[in-house]
Order: sequence, then structure tokens, then C-alpha cells
Amino acid sequence: MDKIFKQAKKHEKRIREYRNIVLADLVMIGEIPAPTFSERYKKELVSERFTASNVDDCVSDEMGNVFGLIKGEEEAKTVLLIAHLDTVFPQKIDHTVSIRQNMVTGVGLADNSLGVTVLTTLPLILERLSLKFRTNILLMASSHSLGRGNLEGIQYFLKNPFMPIDYAICVEGHRLGRLSYSSIGMLQGEIRYSLPEEYDWTKFGAESAIVNINDVINKILEIPQPKRPRSTIVLNAIESGAAFSIVPTQATLQLEVRSESATMVQSLERKIRNVCVEVAASSGGEVKFYEIARRAPGGISFLHPLVHVAQATMDALEIPSRLSPSTSELAACIAHQIPAITIGMTFAKKYNEVNEQVMIEPLSQGIAQLITIISAIDEGYCDDE
Amino acid sequence: MSKVERWLKHNTFHHSLFADINSLVKEKKRQEKTISLCIPTLNEEKTIGKEIVVFRSALIERYPLIDEIAIIDSGSIDKTMEVAHAFGADVYQSKDILPHLGEKKGKGENLWKAIYQLKGDIIVYIDADIKNIHPRFVYGLVGPLIYHKEIKYVKAFYDRPLSDAGTIQPSGGGRVTEILVRPLFSLFFPELTAIVQPLSGEYAVRREVLEAIPFPVGYGVETSHIIDVHTLFGLNAFAQTDLERRVHRNQDTQRLGKMSFGILKVFWARMIKLGLVSQDAVLTEKLRQFRVMEQKYELLEFDITEEERPPMIDLPEYEKRISQ
Repeated sequence: MDKIFKQAKKHEKRIREYRNIVLADLVMIGEIPAPTFSERYKKELVSERFTASNVDDCVSDEMGNVFGLIKGEEEAKTVLLIAHLDTVFPQKIDHTVSIRQNMVTGVGLADNSLGVTVLTTLPLILERLSLKFRTNILLMASSHSLGRGNLEGIQYFLKNPFMPIDYAICVEGHRLGRLSYSSIGMLQGEIRYSLPEEYDWTKFGAESAIVNINDVINKILEIPQPKRPRSTIVLNAIESGAAFSIVPTQATLQLEVRSESATMVQSLERKIRNVCVEVAASSGGEVKFYEIARRAPGGISFLHPLVHVAQATMDALEIPSRLSPSTSELAACIAHQIPAITIGMTFAKKYNEVNEQVMIEPLSQGIAQLITIISAIDEGYCDDE
Repeated sequence: MSKVERWLKHNTFHHSLFADINSLVKEKKRQEKTISLCIPTLNEEKTIGKEIVVFRSALIERYPLIDEIAIIDSGSIDKTMEVAHAFGADVYQSKDILPHLGEKKGKGENLWKAIYQLKGDIIVYIDADIKNIHPRFVYGLVGPLIYHKEIKYVKAFYDRPLSDAGTIQPSGGGRVTEILVRPLFSLFFPELTAIVQPLSGEYAVRREVLEAIPFPVGYGVETSHIIDVHTLFGLNAFAQTDLERRVHRNQDTQRLGKMSFGILKVFWARMIKLGLVSQDAVLTEKLRQFRVMEQKYELLEFDITEEERPPMIDLPEYEKRISQ
């Protein structure tokens, strides 16, 4: 394995020469808006970029996933590299990308146009580095991943795979050194509060939807969140009201429950649903809880050779590693018994803000890291647990 | 079928026809042609980096279609030059090219000096303010010149949304074209009305054409090119390529007024030269505009001089350079 790690530094140096190739694809991919369920144009571009990178095969499926295949010389194993196409930003936001000397600025670059870009440029980089593997590399830009997408793209592929997958690596733009090998339990939900048309505003204690959704929030915050298993309720977004002189009758709250235990997710969900019933009864309004997305907790062992190889690769490239759980495509792969990890490619500032900045310099380290892990899989260092 | 209809049918292309860059490169090599890309700049640090990166990556590093990428700068005070250089462009200050001929302010000056400085048999001009940059902006324009010997001047046209801070408007652009230039062409050069966007800043031209035409240094450079190339070579020397969407900065109405004034002056000069109007008419250099300031109307006067550089081929320095 030492030989592979020694190569890692050399790869890093050479990948720097192809910086423009990566940045060019990042610009083109990053400038196409792709909110969840509207990834079509980005999918078409990614398909074009796969073809421009001379993949052996490029296909799309009914769900809007797009794949590029780099055939291995023996095709004995297949490693799946995944990056999600969709971003959290709506179409109407200006998606212009700007490149300065050491950073790229734009919308949704780190999460996850950069991950997609690494996939579209990898075939060309491997070709320029004269690297050939026995293993197939299947590049997948997945659709319908975030929020209400609920990992539909990857789930669809895993249920209908056109080739067996042995390992999966989820590629995220941010942050270099990140290593996820487990998925935490997660529930994303939306609470909708609405007052009926016939609501009696003269009734004692009659309040607007904003006051009542605030009541819901206060009661949720009173729910104990255990430290073992580690669990938390995060309030993500709130929406209500229009202007002066209009009493709000609708309010929406989006929240997320995260826990290392599936039972604890269910328990917290029950308590949140009870809060909804309680506030509905006391306020005379209608309070409904809608499930948006759910993940089961799970993961591969910390001792799994894939995790070991990833950590050793980061050490070889002098990348400080940071272990953290994930709720992304990793969860779906693990649920299908595919050993999987998530890694990051560079560092981002103002992460997930409209003027997000991704650093150019560390990118060569991020890509060298990915290539080194693929090399180790190819050499069989991840095969036995 | 009329001449214009025939031209529209045979000389209007879509960029996708030239997306096979590998074939373009092969044909270019067979013809032993070289291509230069020129981006005139003035304080474009926000967009220049990605233009250079996208063009270098796709059209030099992936496929060697372009032989040089250069920016010709009019004296930027931001980091335009540093950013362009950092990503691999050749950078030139306009004032340093043919310095003994002095420095005139305007984009046309940079375009004219590019003919002297750059080496290509074909020069592609691309504006620096394009937000949705893609290699098609170059291969879409170069393609007709490589595959059709009789074509000499290829102009871009687009569906051009304007970009304001934070939002994208679905359509628009080309206001000066529709209100001023196309009506003028309709009156005096009806054939030229078939050019969808005569003022677009993206075009690819053979050197022998560029060196034979004069260059107004200001707003009128594109209009004068169209009229002069039409006069010298006829409609069939032109082609146009649909490059689809171009997102660019919105221009305020006052600036469009100045642009229109400059174009009108250049147009008028061509009319006199071609004997279409009397030579007695003398035009003012002053553009007058109004604005309202604190309940008062204020008259603004701008001097807009449309100076002109002669055909490059008439310069002894150029003759010496190309003979080397």
C-alpha cells in the first residue's frame, strides 16, 4: 500500500496542471440552476461533459440520474462515485460564477456542483495521469437528492442497478478531510398551521397563525433531547405573514430530527406529533405534520478497510481528517449493504450562502485523495473486513 | 427565393453544428490556419477569470483549436490583468501596442491593435462581460470560417437575457439594434437587416478582412464593420451563428443614448462616403441628455467623438511585421 501512498503526492502535483480543466467544468455546471426536481438542464450538461471527457459509456435513467462509465481492464469490481446534481437554491437566484486568483464564487458550488465537476473531469485526469484500473468506475450524478427529493435518484438506481456495485464513494465539494462512513437517523418534516375560514376572531385568546406556530416551537423546544444516543431537533425554516393589516392564517415550520438511534427518531417524532395535536386543540386551528424525508441510521465499521484506506490516504497527503456522520447518498448505499464513504474535495467559505467561495488550491489534494482511494480499492486493499 | 432569403438559409448556423471540436481541429490543421482569441477588457476582474479558464481548458488544453488567447486592456484599475495572466492568457496594454501612434479611448482601439499584436489567420473577438460563458462562443463562430472558404466574417446572435442584481429576466436586449440600427439598415442597406444582431460583440473574422477595413475606436465599430465588409465583399461574405443564450450586464438608458449617438455618427460618415447623403451636412460632436435633480431639469452635454483608425494594411509597421 505504501507504493500507492507514495504516488498520491505525485498525483497531487500533476493534477495541479489540470486546474483549468476542473475550473472550466465547475463554471459551466455551477451556472445552471438545479433545484430539486428541476435538474434537467444540469443533467444535459453533465451528460455532455462526460462525453467530452471520453467516458466509455454515458447513459441517463428515467429518474434523471446521469452516468459515465470508465471501464476497468478486468471489470471484476465496480466502484460507484456519486455526487448529487440538485442544490438548495431556486432557479430565480443569479447563478453566475466568478473566478478570482485563489477562489471561485457562486451559488451551490460546494454543495454540490464541485462534486459533480470532479466526476465529469476525472476520466480526463486519469487519462492524462496515464492511470488505468482493473476496476470499473461508475460515475453517477444523482437527481432528486435533497429535501423532498429524499434520495429518490440513488434509491431508484440501487433498486434497479444495471451493474453490481462493490464500493461507493460520495463526493462532496466541502470539506477536504471530511470522512463519513456512517449515517445517522434523520427525519425531515413540515408542520403546517392553518386557521379555518370561519375562525372566530372575537373569541378570547384568538391569535394569528404566527403566534400559534410560535406556540408549537416553544413546546417542541421543551422536548428533552437525549445525549445518549446523541439526538437533536433542528428548526430549519419558518414562513408566515404577508404585510401590515393582514392577519396571518397560515404558517409553516420545517424541522429535522437527527439521532444515532432509529427508535429515538421515532420517539421524538411521536412527541412532535403530540405537540401538533395539543396546539390544534388549544388554538382552534388545524396543525398537520408532513414527513418530507427519512433516513435509517447505519454504517460500516470504523475498522472497515475502506475507512482505514481513506484515513491513511489523508495522512499520506497531509490532510487533517475529521470523522462525521452523513445523511446523504451514503445512507442509501449503506442501507443496500454497499461499503461506502463520503469525502470532501476542498474548503468552502460562506457555505451554502449565495456568495459561497470555494478554494482553488486544495482541490488538487482532494482529487489526488479520491484517485488514491480508487487505486487502493483496485489493488484489493479494501476487500476484506 | 430572394437573395436575402437564400443568405438566411445558407449562412445562418447553429453552434451545435460545430460542437465536434476534434473535427474542427483536424480541418484547421489541414488548412494550416491559426486562430487567435482576443478579449478587449476594461475593469473586468469579475468575469475575465472564468472566460480565460473555460476557453483555455476547452479550446487549448482539451482540443488545440485556438493558438493564442490574449486580452488587450484599456487601462484597468482593478485586477483584470493579474487574473487573466494567472489563468494563462497573454496580457497586453493597448497603449503599449504601436505606442508612437498614441492612445485612443474605446473598445475599437483594442480590436484594431489586436490585428497588429496577434498572430492568427482568424481572429475571434469576445466581450469580457459574458456571464454564462461556454466554449460554443468560440467554436460556434470559428466553425463557419473553417468549413466554408467563401465566408469571411461570422457574427453571433443570441436570445439575450439581461442580468440585474439577483434576478434573471427572461428576454430582452438588443434595444439599440431594434430602435436604431435595423431601421437605418432597412432604409439604406436592406440586405443587412438579415443580420440578427449586428451589434453583438462576438465575431470571428479572417485577417485579410480585418486588415482591410478602418476601425472607429468608439461605439460605432461594429456598425462600421458591417457596412464596410458589405461594401467590399458583399452579403455572402457574412455568416451568423446562433449561440443561444447570453447573459450580460444590463446597460442604462443614458449609456444606450451615447451608444446610439456614436453609431449614428459612424453611420452618417459611411453614408457620405458612399454618396448616399450630401457631403455638406456637418454633424455636432455633442450629445444632449436630460436628468431630473431635486425637482429641477438638468441638461447634460457629452462630447462623443468617433475617431477612426485607418485600415491596418496601410500602416508600414504592419506591413513590416507580417512580412517577417
